[in-house]
Amino acid sequence: MADTVADVHQHEAHGHDDHHHDQSWLEKYVFSTDHKIIGMQYMFTGIFMAVIGGYMAYVFRMQLAFPGISVPGFGQVSPGEYNALITNHGTIMIFWVAMPVLIAAFGNFLIPLMIGADDMVFPRINRLSFQIFFLSSIVLLGSLFVEGGGFGGAWTSYPPLSANGDYNQTQLGASLWLIAVALEFVAFLLGGINFITTLMNSRAPGMKAYDIPLVCWMIVIASILFMLSVGPLLAGAVMLLFDQTLGTGFYDPARGGDPILWQHLFWFFGHPEVYVVLLPAIGITVEVMATFARKKIFGYKLVLYTAVATGVLSFFVWAHHQFIAGIDPRMANVFTITTLLISVPIAEMLFVMIATLYGGSIRLTTPMLWALAFMAEFLIGGVTGIFLGASGADIYFHDTYFVLAHFHYTFFPIAIIGSFCAFTYWFPKMFGKMMNDTLGKIHFWGTVIPFNFIFIPLFVLGMGGQHRRIYNFQHFPQIAGPEYFQLRELATIALLVMLAFQLVFFYNVISSWMRGEKAGKNPWKANTLEWTTESPAPHGNWPVDELPTVYRGPYEYGHPDREEDYWPQNLPN
Amino acid sequence: MNSESATYPTARPTRGEPIIPSGVLGMMIFIFTEIMFFSGLISAHTIVKSQAAGQMWPPYGQPRLPIEETALNSLALLVSGMVLVFTWFAFKRDSGQARIPLMLSIVLGSIFVGFQGTEWVALLADGLTMQSSAYGGFFYLIVGSHAIHAVGALVALMWTYDRLNKDMLRSSQLATVSAFWYFVVLLWPILYWQVYL
Repeated sequence: MADTVADVHQHEAHGHDDHHHDQSWLEKYVFSTDHKIIGMQYMFTGIFMAVIGGYMAYVFRMQLAFPGISVPGFGQVSPGEYNALITNHGTIMIFWVAMPVLIAAFGNFLIPLMIGADDMVFPRINRLSFQIFFLSSIVLLGSLFVEGGGFGGAWTSYPPLSANGDYNQTQLGASLWLIAVALEFVAFLLGGINFITTLMNSRAPGMKAYDIPLVCWMIVIASILFMLSVGPLLAGAVMLLFDQTLGTGFYDPARGGDPILWQHLFWFFGHPEVYVVLLPAIGITVEVMATFARKKIFGYKLVLYTAVATGVLSFFVWAHHQFIAGIDPRMANVFTITTLLISVPIAEMLFVMIATLYGGSIRLTTPMLWALAFMAEFLIGGVTGIFLGASGADIYFHDTYFVLAHFHYTFFPIAIIGSFCAFTYWFPKMFGKMMNDTLGKIHFWGTVIPFNFIFIPLFVLGMGGQHRRIYNFQHFPQIAGPEYFQLRELATIALLVMLAFQLVFFYNVISSWMRGEKAGKNPWKANTLEWTTESPAPHGNWPVDELPTVYRGPYEYGHPDREEDYWPQNLPN
Repeated sequence: MNSESATYPTARPTRGEPIIPSGVLGMMIFIFTEIMFFSGLISAHTIVKSQAAGQMWPPYGQPRLPIEETALNSLALLVSGMVLVFTWFAFKRDSGQARIPLMLSIVLGSIFVGFQGTEWVALLADGLTMQSSAYGGFFYLIVGSHAIHAVGALVALMWTYDRLNKDMLRSSQLATVSAFWYFVVLLWPILYWQVYL
């Protein structure tokens, strides 16, 4: 703690005097304190981890569809490896892809630019945050190659399986996995402190609370949720780590401990976590929709208040993950009600999106397509969630492929579609070049159509009662009907198609970056402050004496008194 | 200025001083997270305690915690927190006057941590370890987490003392570090009530 406090003040003392001296390559791109560079570092680490997570999905989907084959690029999958793959796929995609890309990368990149600040309030804490995150990635990837293999107790890591090396057979892998997750939380904790403080204290002159772009609000509300929910999980993780390494008995019933305790501590964090990643994705989507529908967001305050309401409610829904863990049925009733209630604010946000689109002059650019796809796909995820939130139905659906498909129908739109939406929208600001729209659209359709072909079959499998953690269904003849195998094969082939189309994305990014059309300051004719500076923005974001001043809200499109259909926030009139 | 400016006011207030200095605000957010961390530990402890076999707490064969000695020791911590309040007012009047109360606060805090250490040594000798029971595990986990925070806060206070001696301490710095020490001090009675009583 002393270090970070010292850090803060040394920075405050130096201010930004040291902005314009010559920096070496290392200073500029590796040990930078510039929020844009740190955002990029988070982004590229996140993309790298996404590739690994996607590779894992490929390997275990191949094993499920064609049990026992030698998977090209991996080889035969043993049961232990299968468990390690699904566990780390889940962990990576949530904690090393969704969180760093949606919150850390876009939060770092966008918040100072959109509120007219030259940098974060604590730039060196920000750098420390990324360094800890990077370390945590290395620890996680390292845990896959230690003796005994990677941890295979599912991303929820329930004890007693996770607490005892005799049970999970991956003593070292389990501990390293846990340490990696804990380090990652510390990294986001430092990042979150920065986001909240920056939004409170560094806004451009004239920017009042309701002039802040919604995406900044959403990232900050998500950070607050994360801050409030992560403590109990860290406490639980310390206890689990002690159980694993020191031989304590916190989760061991034989010694007076309680294994269900972990589930409560985990899901007390785990459910707000869903909204921690959902809110930034919604913020990104409404931002893009306002720009490309050329319309003011319908109900700015409504979105803001429902986001807060969602945040509050999300702390009272966690036990819907534990309906069959032996909790009191009366408690299950309460949690059913709160869970169904939380669909109200989310539905409200989707209605706001529809109302924003209604009557707008819609331009179907690549980011807009992603935003619309987010709405459509997330809706399916949300509606299927109702069945799982109701304790009666959940007892049947629990731990089947239905849960898995529901979960992916929420997280894929959030983490993948939301990130692509933001990436394609802010690409001109990040790299100063326009992305190729045709390739962007090919990539879009090549991702969204196969996505539905992967997970709709899994809904059907789940309703057929297929359990989600089975390594080889041939070992269970009573549930291994041929029609189920065909559905599994369909899902796997769709996955292969989807992964193949990601090559288009990488090609598009590299080719657009190298020889794309120059973007100019404001290619989308948007209102928010980040479009008033050069693309890419220089160190310090604006020239020192030209920091913007704000005169109005961020979504003044199509104002009747103006010739142009947009009205940037920084123009006096 | 054209006629539009009457309809759409263009003048907005400029950026003033933030209501809460950034350092203090960051520390407050951090403290909220810490409060949730300790709530997690306390609720886990409460659940396990309520489920103990035969409602025996401490469980059979485990030593009783030194309630009285610790109560006395807690007093040192509370007084240290109060002295830090005086430090703040003294600093506001004249930074030189803050030196003695700040040192006193650090010394009292160190006495608390040191005494807790000797208590641990005695308890370990009596057979209370992290592995001996969930009771022992929770005792060392919760009290140990607090001790780590106390040591961290003391180091930060020593850093402020050093800055004060060099006459480089600013009030926002003192406020930030003090906020963390107040958290450590005020948390302790709750932990004492939950773990010892």
